[in-house]
Formats: sequence, C-alpha cells, structure tokens
Amino acid sequence: MKQSLRVMVLVVAVGATGGLLASGGDESRGRLPAVTHAQWQAECSACHLAYHPGLLPERSWHRIMAGLDQHFGENASLDAATAADIDRFLAANAADRSDHRRSRRIAGSIAPGAAPLRISDTPWFVREHREIAAATWRRPKIGSPANCAACHQGADQGDFSERRIRIPK
Amino acid sequence: MADLPLLLLLLWALAAPALAADPRSMLRELEAQARAANPAFKGFSAERGAAFYRSERPGGDGKPVACASCHTPDPKAVGRTRANKDIQPLAPGANRERFTDPAKVDKWFRRNCNDVLGRACSVEEKGDFLAYLISVK
Repeated sequence: MKQSLRVMVLVVAVGATGGLLASGGDESRGRLPAVTHAQWQAECSACHLAYHPGLLPERSWHRIMAGLDQHFGENASLDAATAADIDRFLAANAADRSDHRRSRRIAGSIAPGAAPLRISDTPWFVREHREIAAATWRRPKIGSPANCAACHQGADQGDFSERRIRIPK
Repeated sequence: MADLPLLLLLLWALAAPALAADPRSMLRELEAQARAANPAFKGFSAERGAAFYRSERPGGDGKPVACASCHTPDPKAVGRTRANKDIQPLAPGANRERFTDPAKVDKWFRRNCNDVLGRACSVEEKGDFLAYLISVK
C-alpha cells in the first residue's frame, strides 16, 4: 500500500512537471504572440526579417511608416492604402499595447518622449546584446544588428529565447 | 451545353491576366511605350542594359552604388539586401517568378531607380535592362 502510494505520488509529480514545462516552458514564455498579416509579411520581409510589431512601441511604428521613402537610406515606399493597412496592424500589436513580458520590457526601456526607429537603439536591446563585440556584428554571416535571424534561430516566429541562439563564426 | 462558349469566355477572362505577364510580354509593352514616345526608336539593347546594370553612381551615403551592388555582378546569382537578406536571382532564366507581376515590377523600378540613379528610369533604360536580363543564360 505504502509502495503503491509512493509510485502514484511520483507519477502525479512527473505528470504535473511535464504539463508545466509544456505550458510555461522557455519556448512559449519567450516567444512573442504569433501574428499574421499578409501585406506586412510580404512587403517588410522583401528586404529584412518582418520584425515582430511587439519589438517597438506604437509611436515608433508610426514614425517608420511615415518615412518609408527614406527608410534607412533606401526608398521603401508603398502605395498609401498598403502603408496605412500595415501601419494599423503594427500599431495594434505594438510593444506598448502588448502584455507580453518581452514587449513590456522593451516599451518600458524607452523614454516617454523617445520614438526610436531602430529596435537596436532601444535600451532593452542594447542591454540584452551588451556581450556582443562590434567585430562579431560585422561577421559576414551577420552583417549588422538588423539581421536577427543570423543568430536567433526562431526570429521569424518571434522566438528570441536564449536556447535558440547560435552565433555564426 | 449552350453555356459552353460562356464558360470558355469566363475561363479565358480568368486566365488572361496571368498569361499576359511574362518577361517577353513586358518587354513588348515597353517597346510599344518607347515607340509611342519616340518614332525614331531603334529597339532595346541587351549590351546597353548590361552596362547600365553594372555602372556605378554616387549613392546617398557617398559610396558608389549600382544594380550589381545588391544583385551581384551576375544576375543569375543570389544577391543580398543591405539588411543582409538573400535576394533571389533577377534573371528570369534563373528565377521563373521574375517579371511576371507588373505591379511588383513597377514597385521595384520606382524604388530602386530612385535609390541608384536618384531619379525615375526612362522607358529606354527599363527596356535595355530587361533585354539584358532576358539574354542572360
């Protein structure tokens, strides 16, 4: 009797831990909520990763979308209807409109009056990447901090968890 | 049965836009535009297009820039954007999707001509460029 009780407790404990890992493990906790928007995906990912809207606050996205004709030195202009549609999507899912842990930290790291245009200019990003040397960013397979997917294997699914980082040589 | 011609017409109407867009039909369209604008138009030149593709101009940041800067000197090769993302080959011979969607072609001519030349491309430049890309085997 005592023996079987012990086995039962063990089974329940293992089962509960498994369930906890599946629902609250690194993967699902670290991953930004899945978002889809056909035009955002198609237009933004032509030149770079379609950066998850939860990586910048709403005011930053409005600034970016209002200046697409001079987008980091490049003309990325869209027709007005497409630009407005993508702008609405970005704003609705922006970091300061999200309750996701990572998004809240990003939004919280930015001064109220600031609207950075680069994710890599947010204090959160700088802090998280403080161990990366300037020479590492310049490696041919990386190029610049714009290239999230070079090191973050799950970047296109909004997964920036520590265990999915592989820094190319 | 009496509906068959109507059905065929409907199928044709659906298929026509897809059939209309391929690199050669786009080149013919550009030719018609060039001829309409200039009765003395002598035709496009793949050689001029090749020179255009490679010729460097002063870029916005002072560094020389050409089509080949991002698309590589070989239009059959995979290029790289300034944000380090792959660009699929530009030559239709290496990438069947190229020059099949007029809206996409217009969008990228508008953007990239502005970036590389600092102005819109002329019909002659677009035609020479496309003639060159079609000629690359």
